[in-house]
Amino acid sequence: MAKAVTQSILVVGGGMSGLSAALEAAEAGHEVYLVDKNPYLGGRVAQLHQYFPKLCPPYCGLEINFRRLKNNPKLRVFTLAEVTSVSGGEGDWDVSIQLNPRYVNEKCTACNKCNEACTMEIDNPFNYGMNKIKAAYLPHDLAFPMRYVLDPVLVKSSEAKKVQDACPYDAIDLDMCPQTVNMKVGAIVWATGWKPYDAAKLDTYGFGAYPNVITNVMMERLAAFNGPTQGKILRPSDGKAPETIAFIQCAGSRDENHLPFCSSICCLASLKQTTYIREQYPDAKITIFFIDIRATDRLEDFYRKVKEDQNVQFFKGKVAKIEQDAATNNLILRVEDTTTMTLHEIPVEMVVLATGMQPNTSESPVPIAVQYDDYGFIASMAARPGIVASGCTRTPAGVSESVQDGTAAALKAIQSLVRR
Amino acid sequence: MERKLAVYICTGCGIGEALDIEQLSKVATKDCKAPICRNHPNLCNKDGVQLINNDIANEGATVLVIAACSPRVMYDVFNFDGCVLERTNIREQVVWCQKPKDEDTQMMAEDYLRMGVAKANKMELPDPYQPEQEMSKDILVVGGGLTGLTAALEASRAGYQVVLVEKEAELGGFQRTVSQKVTFPYKELKANDLGQLVEAVQKDGNIKVYTGAKVEKISGGPCVFDVSIKQNGSTAEHHMGAVVLAAGWQPYDPTKLDSKLGYGTSPNVITNVQFEEMFVSAPVTRPSDSVPVKAVAFLQCAGQRDPEHLSYCSSVCCLAALKQAVQIKQQDPEANVFVVYKEMRTPGQGEDFYRKAQQEGVIFVRCQSPEVILRGNNLTVEADDELMGEKVLLDNLDLVVLATGMMPATAFGEDFKAPQPKEGEEKKEEIQVPADAILVSDILNLEYRLGPELPGLQYGFPDSHYICFPYESRRTGIYAAGCVRRPMGTANALEDGAGAALKAIQCVELTTRGMAVHPRAGDLTYPEFFMQRCTQCKRCTEECPFGAINEDEKGNPLPQPTRCRRCSVCMGACPERIISFKNYSVEMIGGMIKSINVPDEYDEKPRILVLACENDAYPALDMVGLRRQTYNAWVRVITLRCLGSLNLVWIADTLSKGIDGVFLLGCRHGDNYQCHFVKGSELADIRLSKVKETLERLVLESDRVRFETISIADYDKLPALLDQFAERLVEVGPNPYKGY
Repeated sequence: MAKAVTQSILVVGGGMSGLSAALEAAEAGHEVYLVDKNPYLGGRVAQLHQYFPKLCPPYCGLEINFRRLKNNPKLRVFTLAEVTSVSGGEGDWDVSIQLNPRYVNEKCTACNKCNEACTMEIDNPFNYGMNKIKAAYLPHDLAFPMRYVLDPVLVKSSEAKKVQDACPYDAIDLDMCPQTVNMKVGAIVWATGWKPYDAAKLDTYGFGAYPNVITNVMMERLAAFNGPTQGKILRPSDGKAPETIAFIQCAGSRDENHLPFCSSICCLASLKQTTYIREQYPDAKITIFFIDIRATDRLEDFYRKVKEDQNVQFFKGKVAKIEQDAATNNLILRVEDTTTMTLHEIPVEMVVLATGMQPNTSESPVPIAVQYDDYGFIASMAARPGIVASGCTRTPAGVSESVQDGTAAALKAIQSLVRR
Repeated sequence: MERKLAVYICTGCGIGEALDIEQLSKVATKDCKAPICRNHPNLCNKDGVQLINNDIANEGATVLVIAACSPRVMYDVFNFDGCVLERTNIREQVVWCQKPKDEDTQMMAEDYLRMGVAKANKMELPDPYQPEQEMSKDILVVGGGLTGLTAALEASRAGYQVVLVEKEAELGGFQRTVSQKVTFPYKELKANDLGQLVEAVQKDGNIKVYTGAKVEKISGGPCVFDVSIKQNGSTAEHHMGAVVLAAGWQPYDPTKLDSKLGYGTSPNVITNVQFEEMFVSAPVTRPSDSVPVKAVAFLQCAGQRDPEHLSYCSSVCCLAALKQAVQIKQQDPEANVFVVYKEMRTPGQGEDFYRKAQQEGVIFVRCQSPEVILRGNNLTVEADDELMGEKVLLDNLDLVVLATGMMPATAFGEDFKAPQPKEGEEKKEEIQVPADAILVSDILNLEYRLGPELPGLQYGFPDSHYICFPYESRRTGIYAAGCVRRPMGTANALEDGAGAALKAIQCVELTTRGMAVHPRAGDLTYPEFFMQRCTQCKRCTEECPFGAINEDEKGNPLPQPTRCRRCSVCMGACPERIISFKNYSVEMIGGMIKSINVPDEYDEKPRILVLACENDAYPALDMVGLRRQTYNAWVRVITLRCLGSLNLVWIADTLSKGIDGVFLLGCRHGDNYQCHFVKGSELADIRLSKVKETLERLVLESDRVRFETISIADYDKLPALLDQFAERLVEVGPNPYKGY
């Protein structure tokens, strides 16, 4: 086999598995380029409040990872970047990366003056649109790289110049355009992750129409201090503290009409979220509507612990329909208890839909032919010689499995470089 | 290196507006005697950096103190080869969180500058560790099952030499007994291709295989492991770089199961493991008389998810049972096949195989407590079917298969007991160090003072406690993979073997360059011991979270730097203070404390020393500044690599200087510990409890010393925590040692 033409590795996706693949390969001594389409690294885990089962903050591990990144000159990062074309073969890939404009350059010191000067607001993407932020913003408190972003809508508006003038360091460049960088790399790790399944497609659940029906990823933002409510779990319709909450598991998962596969982590995610609620509301009544509780391995201990909570009820049955009481914005759940074969109409103040993970490759495939399974996941870690699939690109995975995957992917990428 | 101090003060980002820069510069030139002191309105831009580079090139500046933003930002800009660099944070932790143009804010900035210079003056450039012996990059894989074979092959494909040790006469582990498997894309049964993997390993020129062999002894450390492998009465010696532990699992002993499950009452009640073993190549028949099987019940979670047996779930038994059920159905579509389950756990695309089993006609009964009853020759399962709401009787069964669980090979053996002091030997002052859970399982046989095997996390699994870092075991250079680490199926085990192989490779690559591994990857410093003053108290050898220090018969520590993670717990533990790093030492922190200007009690300006863990507390403090929140101006923060590096002399230094209180800010310890160095936070807490007695003797209130756990995301709570401590100190009154 020919020696690799170039000795560098391109990792596409800076979420948990991509970040791990990049760091592990760089620490093993290889040149790595890491690209992410967001203006910050960390992907979806940065938007979580805590991980199960230790209930630790994502940033605890991310901070260490970013420190490793900072200390490693072999790892170079491009944010707001997307790979638009891939051609060639193992050891000799030609890739084109589109760098989308941040409108802020490397002189940014994060002093916040642009944000103070700006009046235009946008939906906050980090909080799944649950609140608004200024259009000149730092993506979130612990954002890495710590550099501000200007929303394109601001740049086109009349306020743009005012915001630019507010910057004392000449860090705002309104003329930035998308740029294309062409590179040669030896191996590629594809780790573009997942997006939450669109709950609006679950037409009997009223997501989008009923304000107090939210998804599990939105609950993470509600519980987080840098979320839309400073960490207080409140009903979106009226800001009231919910006294009764329902979790609907497998919302759009294990369902041939939506995502036929199981997303592996939503059971634990809901169990974890019951602890968020319990911490704030000692008396709130929580019901979990489930098919099977998938708490594998030692996560069983966490499940056991949540079962001890007297105010958490496990109800075996799939909710058929959710209706709303227009006066109170409370919800009514129509569900059959399969163990007693009785129909129930259960009123609750808030509903959390445990929606699944849809791989991003199902909508944005790799720009070169690889094998996918029926659901858009890349069919195997060895996507094709010289391209490795990692993390939720391959199968729904939690944090630990994603890091494990990223580590394995780093090795396979290295093998592509050194095969004799 | 000739030392010449140069101080740079950035006046951007509001610093210039909030502070009297001229006054601050005088602190540098007069108090700190800095021969060079400059300020610049935007130090991180090209001109600012050029200013510094000019001084390095033309003025001989070698010790740089940059008073500006946090060291967590602009790291790529402020990067100067061959110089000692100290980043003093006067932005996030002074100007952004304190009142501008205020006397107290000015005092804070001036103190920080003094502390920064005191720190830089005690920092030296690292000198990477090179052991005397030659360093090896070869990888040892212990265990020749699926995971071990994969780890060996993956390492070889990356260009490394491997030695593989397997205790059985043949390679393959448990998978040898598995004829068919279920894996991606989980649509149907697949033939087990283990044979190909075994052949690939045997043919691979980079891999030396020992079967019917065991590891008799491992001594040394990463890149200098000395491994003795015993095979057929003779011993082979290898000098190796890193280890992958893939020793696999044992099935739970079925004789220990609840009698309700009927194991032992009939030869036709078997375990899932026995199912595989019995039917590797032959069709499934009744064990008692080899009659073809027409009715089978699979009972899930046998002796698992049950604190009386195995508390955890073995993850794969649901899918394994479905596989076995489908195997029977494919052998005989008319057979009645029942799966009696509690929860059906087929995550991910495995859901497709659950669907397949249903399509093949397997019947599912959901019941939390089935019972196996033998009446004469009639083997029956009684189950309360949750979904039908009635009792179900599955009788005249030919076979009952109990899904028993997996126990790691490391869960067997006697508890390891650390060497106790001999008869008559004086017991040194006891410190209750949290003990590692190690069983003498005769797998690695490490010649380590803290035990011969990897410490178990829970239930005997030598797993990492870090969700984000699944391979970080407690012994550097030794990585667990496969079912010894956690119960897993073949698909996962293939990845795990590759992942652990990478960590092993990374370890040898970093170590040969004199660098530490995770979490201080790339660190070129290492602990140096001034042995002349050692009193053999054994604190360092016992407290090291990674077992990196051996001990000789006299109790002298024998440091093994390649096993070291550079956490500095040993430095904190040593009462004689003989341990130091080139850029981090007891003296350095002591010097920083002593450089703080402590106003006398009439000024009514208390002083609080905050010792902050750099991994979580320090970033949280930065976030308070980023958010422009504020806390009292008495606080002076010193960063520690880990709270475990707390040396109690610093408490003495602080209080004898008249500082009113010491506040330790670090991560959570206990069951769900967060400490990136495992025990650091806990050890600091234990050491502090000893200090409280001393304080009482000195007639100082024990309230003056406090430990608070904080996570990196708790920055919203930090101002209140610091302010409450300040209020308490005001109640307690000024430190009587002020002015002495």
